[in-house]
Amino acid sequence: MARIVRPGKPCTVNPLKTSQTIGAALSFLGLDRALPMLHGAQGCTSFGLALFVRHFRETIPMQTTAISEASAILGGAENVAKGLLTLAERANPEVIGLCSTALTETNGEELRSIVRDFKIAHPDFSAAVVSVSVPDFSGALPDGFASAVTCMVEELVEARPARERDGRQVNILAGAHLSPADAEALADMARGFGLEPIVLPDLSGSLDGHVPEEFLPHTLGGTPLAAIRLMGRSAFTIAVGEHMGRPARALAARTGVPCEVLDRATGLAAVDRLVALLSDISGKTAPARLRRERARLEDAMLDAHFFTGGRRIAIGADPDLLFALASTLAEMGCEIGAAVATTAAPILSAIPAREVVVGDLGDLEARAEGCDLLITTSHGRAIADRLGIPLLRAGIPVFDRLGGPQQASIGYAGTARLIFEAANLLHAEAPCTAH
Amino acid sequence: MLAKKIALVVDEPACEKNRAKPAGERRKGCTKQLQPGAMAGGCAFDGAKIALQPIADVAHLVHGPIACEGNSWGSRNSGSSGPILYRTGFTTDLSEPDIVMGSQEKLLAAVGQIANQHHPSAIFVYATCVTALIGEDLPALCKTASARYGLPVIPVESPGFAGSKNLGNKLAGEALLEHVIGTVEPERLTPCDVNIIGEYNVAGELWQVKPVLDRIGIRLLATISGDGRYRDVAGSHRARAALLVCSRAMLNLARRMEERFGIPFLEGSFYGISDTSDALRGLARLLVARGAPQELLARAEQVISEEEARASSLLAPFRERLAGKRVLLYTGGVKSWSVISALQEIGMEVVGTSVRKSTEGDCARIRALMGEDANTFENLPGRQMYALLEKGGADILLAGGRSQFVALKAKVPFVDVNQERHRGYAGYDGMVALVREIDRELSSPVFREVRRRAPWDRAREEEG
Repeated sequence: MARIVRPGKPCTVNPLKTSQTIGAALSFLGLDRALPMLHGAQGCTSFGLALFVRHFRETIPMQTTAISEASAILGGAENVAKGLLTLAERANPEVIGLCSTALTETNGEELRSIVRDFKIAHPDFSAAVVSVSVPDFSGALPDGFASAVTCMVEELVEARPARERDGRQVNILAGAHLSPADAEALADMARGFGLEPIVLPDLSGSLDGHVPEEFLPHTLGGTPLAAIRLMGRSAFTIAVGEHMGRPARALAARTGVPCEVLDRATGLAAVDRLVALLSDISGKTAPARLRRERARLEDAMLDAHFFTGGRRIAIGADPDLLFALASTLAEMGCEIGAAVATTAAPILSAIPAREVVVGDLGDLEARAEGCDLLITTSHGRAIADRLGIPLLRAGIPVFDRLGGPQQASIGYAGTARLIFEAANLLHAEAPCTAH
Repeated sequence: MLAKKIALVVDEPACEKNRAKPAGERRKGCTKQLQPGAMAGGCAFDGAKIALQPIADVAHLVHGPIACEGNSWGSRNSGSSGPILYRTGFTTDLSEPDIVMGSQEKLLAAVGQIANQHHPSAIFVYATCVTALIGEDLPALCKTASARYGLPVIPVESPGFAGSKNLGNKLAGEALLEHVIGTVEPERLTPCDVNIIGEYNVAGELWQVKPVLDRIGIRLLATISGDGRYRDVAGSHRARAALLVCSRAMLNLARRMEERFGIPFLEGSFYGISDTSDALRGLARLLVARGAPQELLARAEQVISEEEARASSLLAPFRERLAGKRVLLYTGGVKSWSVISALQEIGMEVVGTSVRKSTEGDCARIRALMGEDANTFENLPGRQMYALLEKGGADILLAGGRSQFVALKAKVPFVDVNQERHRGYAGYDGMVALVREIDRELSSPVFREVRRRAPWDRAREEEG
């Protein structure tokens, strides 16, 4: 049981946290033909957009209601209406994700009622509009991501599906800490049991890094709206990441689909739980491919443990990613020498470290002295240099390595990949003594 | 307060674009009404930060919720030859209680934390939408903090919702004029001291130009703000002449330094061979007119002819390879014409250019270079740019990082010429570097590979 520490200093030094507003935007980027629009100043969008462009190396469809000082004072309802109409005309998306910001929330604007009024005034407006309250002044990226998925569930999923349950259909709520490749790996695992997964949101369709056949100003791939509507017909919902518990429960309350929240899907025992769950839902035993992958992971762990055992690791990440990484490496014999989370969350107390700091990269650097490996975003480069230790890049943004979106860290294969990467970095650090 | 300041910076007598408007329009300046749903780039806070953050020995503290700094820090590639404090991201990370209860004490304490732990030359505190909206008196707070901790604490009042990035550049200049410039006397002065305004040393571009200035004997008193130091900027009012390079963004600063301190300035560009030579020549003339030794002119000509000859011989092998290649240019302001002339110098054809942020003067130069019916556009949405590139409308796109993936998805070569770039293209060496980069990109075998259809894709063949 880790002790949670809040340094309580007035000035954040080298931020680790990104805002929940762009977390909400990110979740909308996992829907097909979707377009997030932030209700704030245009910088709110341009910063988030630039961050995702650097991370995913993709064009990112993201819009702004372009609040000015005058509209901040007078209220931004007109900007929202203008923005929605402009998007419909220029981009014709199927779903518009409208996300509030610190600016418009400080102003006390209520997006829900603004959207309600807009729909009354424009009954023929064809795009589905999902609004979500995600002020930048509280929480962190995963909180906004989860809030947006909760709103998608409440706005888009049919409460009482016309047809009865489909025993083969499962919902997978993929957390903000999962890469496009992770989302795909989860779907593949479910398919291996003969199940038909609906992954929400599904970044593997939109941000996996591929050259599309066409170029349109909304997402090209992701969870289709039609599939979201029918999530109430699924036999089961699996949520990955503690923060996805909220949308999972909202979905259960709305549709009666039973759910289970897995706190992680990385690490041998954790993946075993996921596989057991898929086996229970489908009534089938694990396919040969998964058995082989499990055996490979066992082998990877045995091979790698010489390099990971007794090594001290410093990690800075959003809560669920921090938990998944720290737990997996602790199972490899590592000691978690420093753990810094972006924001408070119940899962923090389960992290296998003496203490978990809710803080910034400055806090991580101060505590990482004597560690052998640093794990955080690309912002950790300078710290790793100063400490003279290698950096394993994880979280958002990673802007100095290619291929991140196509790297999985969940499932047996993803866990093996992660362990190899950590072990190789720890291994490479040793001086060459061959002769 | 803010409204007054904005009116002051946008009503610009030295800007012919502004003067061409009727009196009532003038005060609105070039700040276009932002359009909801039609993304138009960064905010005024972003612009202020871009303009000031290159001052390397200053702690830049963003007073606002996490988005403003947390989502954006570490993305600007401006170099320092010494201190690296400017790269540290500082923010008050305002939470809901801070906003409800007031964030003044937190700000003062944050200044104290930075002063005690990081010992900066000064602290710049950036207002954000939220702190402006709740009506915080940032100048008063900075004054208190400055007295309490014994170092300059400079308010930068350029909240995002004030307008565009360009306006933020201007408001940053305003903050320098009001609180920094003229507060320190330089230790040493020469008759050949200049300021370069609007140069942010992106990808080390200042360092591509500085050796040439050194050889001529022009001494750089201060750069505003690339590889800048607080004391240099504070003492920049003693320069004998100034060069304004980023066109309009900091015109107000150059003009008001001329008014207030009698520093004449010249607008120029370090993109392209002839433009670089013109800028150097002009600077030398301004200095001589103000009493610098006459021989500075001859030395400038000597260095210019040597540099031009050197660059020309380095560029020669590329002329044949690049002649007739068609470039689509999508960048802003002064860079449009200066890059056009640079590309034409080596025989490339510019098939279209944006005139975003370009003044009437810029546009006239573009017409002079490309002809009266030049293909110019204010704004080219990604979809249209993709369509143009996809049907082979250009051989290469030169633009900012935002357009990179439009080109790549259309399988068309791309070179980044905006502020996030990682290679410098300024001065003589920079021009050679740019041409080398264009050549490398145009001759990359990757494009031929990826444009080939999968040979097994029969269905597609039948369709197409």
